[in-house]
Amino acid sequence: MIFYIIKRLLVAIPVLLILIVSTFILMYAAPGSPFATERGIPPAVLANLQAQYGLDQPFHIQIWRYVVGVVTEFDFGPSFIYRDQDVNDLIGQGFPVTLTYGFWSFLVAVIVGGSLGILAALRHNTWLDYLAVGISIGAQVLPNFVLAPILVLTFTLWLGWLPGGGWQGGQWQFVILPVIALSTSFMASIARISRASMLEVLTSNYIRTARAKGLPMRRVIFRHALKPALLPVISYLGPAFVGMITGSVVIDIYFSTGGIGQFFVASALNRDYGVMMGITILLGALTIFFNLLVDVLYAWIDPKIRY
Amino acid sequence: MTKHRILATSTLVSLALCQPLWAADTHPVTGEPLAADQTFQYRLLDQFPSIDPQLIEETVGGHLARQLFEGLLTQNADGTLRPGVAEEWSSEDNQTWTFKLREDARWSNGDPVTAQDFVFAWRRAADPATASEYAWYVELSQITNAAAAIAGEASTEELGVRAIDDRTLEVTLAQPLPYFPQMTVHYTFMPTHQPTVEAHGAAWTNPMNIVSNGAYKLDDMATNEFVRLVQNPEYWGAEDVIITEITGFVINDANQALTRFQAGEFDMMDDLPAGSYPRLEEETPDVAHSVPRLCSYYYTVNQSESGHEALQDPRVRTALSYMINREVITDQVLKAGQAPAFSFTHWATADFELPAIDYSLWSQQERMEKAVALMEEAGYGPDNPIELNLIYNTSENHKQIATVVSQMWRPLGVTTVLNNFEWQSYLEIRGNQNFDIARSAWCGDYNEASTFLDLLTSNNANNDGKYVSEEVDRLMAESVTMSDPQPVYTQVEQILAEDMAILPIYHYTQNFVLDPTIKNWPKENVENNWYVKDIYRVAPE
Repeated sequence: MIFYIIKRLLVAIPVLLILIVSTFILMYAAPGSPFATERGIPPAVLANLQAQYGLDQPFHIQIWRYVVGVVTEFDFGPSFIYRDQDVNDLIGQGFPVTLTYGFWSFLVAVIVGGSLGILAALRHNTWLDYLAVGISIGAQVLPNFVLAPILVLTFTLWLGWLPGGGWQGGQWQFVILPVIALSTSFMASIARISRASMLEVLTSNYIRTARAKGLPMRRVIFRHALKPALLPVISYLGPAFVGMITGSVVIDIYFSTGGIGQFFVASALNRDYGVMMGITILLGALTIFFNLLVDVLYAWIDPKIRY
Repeated sequence: MTKHRILATSTLVSLALCQPLWAADTHPVTGEPLAADQTFQYRLLDQFPSIDPQLIEETVGGHLARQLFEGLLTQNADGTLRPGVAEEWSSEDNQTWTFKLREDARWSNGDPVTAQDFVFAWRRAADPATASEYAWYVELSQITNAAAAIAGEASTEELGVRAIDDRTLEVTLAQPLPYFPQMTVHYTFMPTHQPTVEAHGAAWTNPMNIVSNGAYKLDDMATNEFVRLVQNPEYWGAEDVIITEITGFVINDANQALTRFQAGEFDMMDDLPAGSYPRLEEETPDVAHSVPRLCSYYYTVNQSESGHEALQDPRVRTALSYMINREVITDQVLKAGQAPAFSFTHWATADFELPAIDYSLWSQQERMEKAVALMEEAGYGPDNPIELNLIYNTSENHKQIATVVSQMWRPLGVTTVLNNFEWQSYLEIRGNQNFDIARSAWCGDYNEASTFLDLLTSNNANNDGKYVSEEVDRLMAESVTMSDPQPVYTQVEQILAEDMAILPIYHYTQNFVLDPTIKNWPKENVENNWYVKDIYRVAPE
């Protein structure tokens, strides 16, 4: 097991390097520059800007310097747009925000989605099942860019209960709406997956055996059915968790939370090379790590899997 | 908290001692009852990349700079000049300008604001090492040696600005410029505090480091979330400032911002959602406002070799312009009070006399008939159709206008291919003349017609259509030294209309919503420069 984990972590290094190099190439291939403005920049000023950011160097030197900076000093370089901040500052400010609402969204999605799915499976073909399926399909088809304005209209404009945006250091009033908007579709997916797999497990032979032995229903479910039923859910949770803690463009733009999610789009549009690279690497590393975590969890839960 | 309480108590006591209590709750000049809460909140369209006056390059940061810093001169509610740090200003020949600084101007740390602070800031703006994206503005102001300093060919110490003493600033220009004082209003020319900049480098604008000289100072900010300013007690005019605190919320999405405005979360927002203005105006006329804004919307016609050859023929350009029914665009597409444009210079530009351009007086029917005839004369038409590549940057309005215009051109046998690019790509494509027609807009940098007309001189870097007219070049060069250049500007507009150098479409308005309790908003200022120190909140009725 330890050996397997080490192997996976070692494989992650070339994967990240390939990610860095290919993003770098794509970024430079796009037309435009972070310094293009409508008014035009005097050539001397432009030359200075480029020198300041190392853009006057040949491509291979730029990329080499960047990789060395990241690897040796964990330095993701300056932001090309926010002139008084560097990428580490921006991520350092935004990531805790994203992590907070992402973590709460994850909890809500897992607890609500999981219980909804399992409950529906246990009460298969009853009104409870239909209600749960109805809710989860409804939540699934409602994208967060639709849900977010509806939430603000309802809770801010009409009811006046919650602020329509902002973060204010993560006070609870400011966290609720982003968490609802972000968790809903994940919750729906978790509900559907857990319902389907629970149904499958409940009809399997060993559950029938357990029930035939006369075990109480509660014991059958918690002892025998729950663990295998959760396997497909767990494989979904890895990427879902990364998806939530790296935030969402929609959440950050609609709720002005100040998280890092909006940089995904904004940095690309502004040609903010530094931020674009930093965010891509962060997302890549987190994805690799949580996929590994899921695989390890799998081995722990499912005795059939051994690495 | 204790400190605040003590302050509040002592204020109350002193007020009770020296004047009737009610007096504190009314406006000292108008006598209107003031609200107890004198804070002002507004929406920021986007996170500002910088609030360093010499590095700012966009409007969000510009609005903040006007609260945080004070330049030599500022503007009254109608956009006319008023003293800022400078009490008096004069010039005998419009070439050497002397500014007399007020004695009581202070930085937020208590240091006096001196002429040297301006010299430092202006040199800094021109210094290639600062890499200011607004360095061109220093060059535009004609300060001696500006161009050479920006190009790195001369030291910034040779820049034509010097401190004669602490309170006297002398600016020497390469050529006379009667509107130079107007240009000093701009944020690029605001002073910066040398010891702070030198001590903290790029981080000098952080809330814990920044030293500023405006009516407000930076209190706190979080990237992409908010910025908060509080009153600067060191400001020379602090006694007259009524609003005590300003908060700006970064809200990218216009619809979301409008909902939050309607929920009462803040007092002002501009950049309203596309198409929302007519409804807002109808439902809440005391909240929705439309005022002229010093920007013109037009189509650039590529007259260089890389453009369609037909476009080099002024008759074709004229025909295209005649076919555009501007009323349809302003009244049916935009619907927010914009004015149809037949000239490049915005109609509301100070002192500018809008010329009587022939075709602006005709009916659309007449224009269309003339257009068809002109096209035919030039050898084009449905029998000899042309295909034009029209580019625009991503925006719902630009797309609608382009679609409408392409339909209007159809009777001339012109097929239009619409090409949408996001901003950075669009700038590159337009700057390299890879288009036939390009959606363009220009906003005045100062309130004088030359801010528009200079753009169409042949060696202007932003003359993307590569329009060349020796006459225009000559007239604009001559206008600089004239005491009253307005007739020349009118004449230039006439030439532009004859040559159809560009296709003017409309003159902008600024549409915004403002809480009705906020008073004295400068609606007459066509540059939309507002100073929170001038506004106040009245008690709700």
